Amino acid sequence: MSTAAPVLHGESPKAPPSYLQAGHTIKSWLLTGDHKRIAVLYLIAVSVFFFFGSLAASMIRVELVSPRGVMLESDTYNKVFTAHGIIMIFFFLIPAIPAVLGNFLLPIMIGARDLAFPRLNLLSWYLYMAGGLCGVLAIAFGGVDTGWTFYTPYSSMYSNTNVTLTIIGAFIAGFSSIATGINFIVTVHKMRAPGMTWFRLPLMVWSSYATSLIIVLGTPVVAITLLLVVMERVFHIGVFSPELGGDPVLFQHLFWFYSHPAVYIMILPAMGVINEVITCFTRKRIFGYHFIAFSSLAIAGLGFLVWGHHMFVSSQSMYQGMVFSLLSYLVAVPSAIKVFNWTATIYKGSVRFQTPFLYVLGFMGLFVVGGLTGLFLAAMSTDVHLTDTYFVVAHFHYVMVGGTIMGFLAGLHFWWPKFFGRMYPDSWGKLSALLIFAGFNLTFLPQFVLGYLGMPRRYHYYYFAPEFQFWHIASTAGASILAVGFLIPAVYLLWSLKYGEPAGPNPWGAKGLEWTIPSPPPTTNFLETPVVREEPYAYDAEAEEREDQSKEPIRA
Amino acid sequence: MKTEALHAAYQTEEQPLHHQFEEVSQQNESYVVGMWVFLVTEIMFFGGMFLAYVLYRWRYPEAWYEAHTRLDIPLGTTNTVVLLTSSLTMALAVHFAQLRNKRMQLAMLGATIGLACVFLVIKAFEWSAKFHHGLVPGPGFLWDGSVPMPQAQLFYSLYFGMTGLHALHVIIGILVIGVLALLTFLDHPLVKNDFIPTELVGLYWHFVDIVWIFLFPLFYLIPK
Repeated sequence: MSTAAPVLHGESPKAPPSYLQAGHTIKSWLLTGDHKRIAVLYLIAVSVFFFFGSLAASMIRVELVSPRGVMLESDTYNKVFTAHGIIMIFFFLIPAIPAVLGNFLLPIMIGARDLAFPRLNLLSWYLYMAGGLCGVLAIAFGGVDTGWTFYTPYSSMYSNTNVTLTIIGAFIAGFSSIATGINFIVTVHKMRAPGMTWFRLPLMVWSSYATSLIIVLGTPVVAITLLLVVMERVFHIGVFSPELGGDPVLFQHLFWFYSHPAVYIMILPAMGVINEVITCFTRKRIFGYHFIAFSSLAIAGLGFLVWGHHMFVSSQSMYQGMVFSLLSYLVAVPSAIKVFNWTATIYKGSVRFQTPFLYVLGFMGLFVVGGLTGLFLAAMSTDVHLTDTYFVVAHFHYVMVGGTIMGFLAGLHFWWPKFFGRMYPDSWGKLSALLIFAGFNLTFLPQFVLGYLGMPRRYHYYYFAPEFQFWHIASTAGASILAVGFLIPAVYLLWSLKYGEPAGPNPWGAKGLEWTIPSPPPTTNFLETPVVREEPYAYDAEAEEREDQSKEPIRA
Repeated sequence: MKTEALHAAYQTEEQPLHHQFEEVSQQNESYVVGMWVFLVTEIMFFGGMFLAYVLYRWRYPEAWYEAHTRLDIPLGTTNTVVLLTSSLTMALAVHFAQLRNKRMQLAMLGATIGLACVFLVIKAFEWSAKFHHGLVPGPGFLWDGSVPMPQAQLFYSLYFGMTGLHALHVIIGILVIGVLALLTFLDHPLVKNDFIPTELVGLYWHFVDIVWIFLFPLFYLIPK
């Protein structure tokens, strides 16, 4: 790669220490207001939760190798898949990209010294940890068996597991994401550097903004809903239980009013990452900037109008179902706009197949499969057949897990040199990207087939249909590959912290304010407030080539 | 806008500036925008319960009417007046903070806290009467009216849930206003020469007031 990045004022001998060197005590980390340090704290925390969520996932996959189950009782199995869902959704997928990459990059990308409310940002991390602690305690002291959806009246009246503590954990974690959302919205509105107009914002900022809107409008609703479940459980204030005069379907409406948009809380930031990486590794301006920016807002808006497609078989009216079905199709429009624009960006680009770009390709592959199978579930006629089967499991793993993890890893590999100032071995990175892509498909493609054949989700056996075993074994084999694929980056990224080559301010030759400052950046990001004079993604592959040729003598 | 003029007037004074901001007006606007966004989340937070209320009132109109007749309208009205007055004193506290009249600002904050406490005391009387009459949802719920018991219980579930959540916000408000008054009294650097904290607390307090403006007619004033 080009190591001939321009020498910046930040690299002079008098340069201030990087944010990593600005203090070495534990207190300087735990009481920091620096968005970059908080991002690192989040990175450590979400990685730990991801590990435990994956552990639960592997127990599920091992159990399903045999038609009669392998090692878990029914009750234990219920607790394991609940733990998997709760940990992965509330403590990994939702905070992963906004709280790690967004926290680190959003202020730098708009030319600010920090988020608008640094202490609120720190508070959000503590709330997240407190919520996580409640969740972990609930699981450690017996677990919870309601599924991550906490459907009433089972959760509020009947389940004898630690529902209350788990819900309190999710409730607190919700306020952590609300704090992040408020912070991002205010920061984007008020902290932009001179010249950083709305249409010069990197698209990652647009999608973080759209995500924050969803967080701010949706999360409080699930918070009050979960609170009502706890009230019903503890004080018998019945709003959802038919015994007490309530309506359980109301719970589903309120729950999915948040939890469907929550899918976009997970996927939109990943889409933001894709824009940044794809332009850098094709050396092209983004195709259709405005369309991508507004499609983020469109996804955020439409996302609030489609929750009823989770409830086609819940006794909601058929006509309501038709409206929700139609609106759900509409979400495909902004999603497709993005995918087509990315494809057009790659077209005739000066493509460099490095690790982050491979993850981007992986994202596009998985997201397209996940998005298209979503249409089967949005159509009522097919959904009635596929509801609560492995088809649903496969679909949402493709969209929110495949999409979010690929986006997260693409971003992590892209900005890792900016985070820690070190490069990782690119060949190992490529290997991990390929393994994760292959393992993911091998895990979840068979689940589409299983679901289509009628394998119900949340069952820990299938002795009634032993012919499913082939597909389950294929899926478990895929999960093993996936596990290896996740372990490799964990190893080489940690290795690179000490032994990686110094990255320099701009190892990829990328555009964007974050690449104009040293890696790792100083605490205040910029020594002087930058003035933005050009559009984002002002890549010019031809000019770059001319420059390269003028530097290197042409070999005969 | 009035506040903008005031921002301009005070920019020269020694209002403290946090490191992440370029100038005082940017800082002030950020705090105000942040508070409004927070209030949006609060609206959504209460919104879930209002949705439940709308649904069940539409489904069980007779039960709603009959159950609401056991509420004490004079006490509810008094509380409405008390809370509205506290909004006035809060607005005056912001006004005096802008004028840097510390004595009057403290007096108005004190009056707001006092009125909020009166509200809670009246509320406590109302609730204890409900306990006395067995109108608290749960195993001990006693109902002798003509509409089915679960429907009446649902009304009281929402009544206690929503007024309880509102009362929790009042208590938080009292604490926040108390801290603000204390810091103002001590000339703490967080609030010295800076009316924005008072303005933010004021926004919150008006929100708490507005929630009650909706709760009062929805529970106490249901027409036949």
